[in-house]
Amino acid sequence: MLAAVTPFGVAAGLAGLEVGLSPEITLGMSVVIFAGASQLAAIQLIDANAAAPIIVITALLINLRMLMYSAHLGPHFANLPLRWRGPMAYLLTDQAYALTISRFMVDDPPAYNHWFYMGVGAPLWVIWQLATAFGFWAGAAVPASWELGFFVPLIFLALLVPAIRNRPSFVAAAVAGSLSVAGRNLPAGLGLTSAALAGIVAGMLAEQWWSDD
Amino acid sequence: MTDPLWLIVLVIGAGTFFWRGAFLVFGGQLTLPNVVRRGLNYVPPAAFAALVLPGLVQFDGATGSVDEARLLAGLVAALVAWRSRSTLWTLAAGMGVLWLMRAFL
Repeated sequence: MLAAVTPFGVAAGLAGLEVGLSPEITLGMSVVIFAGASQLAAIQLIDANAAAPIIVITALLINLRMLMYSAHLGPHFANLPLRWRGPMAYLLTDQAYALTISRFMVDDPPAYNHWFYMGVGAPLWVIWQLATAFGFWAGAAVPASWELGFFVPLIFLALLVPAIRNRPSFVAAAVAGSLSVAGRNLPAGLGLTSAALAGIVAGMLAEQWWSDD
Repeated sequence: MTDPLWLIVLVIGAGTFFWRGAFLVFGGQLTLPNVVRRGLNYVPPAAFAALVLPGLVQFDGATGSVDEARLLAGLVAALVAWRSRSTLWTLAAGMGVLWLMRAFL
């Protein structure tokens, strides 16, 4: 589980280097944002000279799932003091959520689940920072002809494929993907973000369509 | 801290912390409207497809033809991702095919 996040962190470091970000900004993203897909999306949009509000909105849209995780976990940890809940929120990730919530689903006495949560979240954070730094360093050490930057679309591919679970989600992906290619030369990163929004709407319409049969 | 990108990073960081903390720290009680809840299901496929496709389908500036090595590498990697569900195998397949294509074409 922890090893599985390493390539994402490496990709975040590589991507920062590829588009010419400073090491401070690249590593700063991993510390301040600490959410891989949104970091990679932001880097891609910075490279496309996107307007700041577009970058922020896209990244926060990708991270909106954290709100669901927070809603799910919040009641279970409501009795903990703030000195626990603050760091827990900062360390909330797909992995920490998934592993912890599955423990609440079984009948175990949940007394130590905050320790369990930290036991996932804290090492993950450390690995994330090291992997980002390694990616930035490795990208600089390896000749450009290796095209290590291709790591970044491959990482998104590894996220995309399991996200396609049914026909409506396939429609969402197909619409967003083809519009994004078609609009790749639009200014200010508008192509990518509007393609994603159109894909979301297409997915919802497709869901409606197939549920009406 | 002079780089204007810091402002973007900090705003995304603050917003993301707000999502994460909404119920854990701030004790929010809001229930999301149904339409938002449904839309949220399609954020991953739509956003990731919009991010991945332009990286796989790249056009040569002069001739307008598609970079076949990247396209084929992407297709093989997608197949591997689908069958294996493994990030590492996906990366290995994609980079491997890309390097083979570059070496022999």
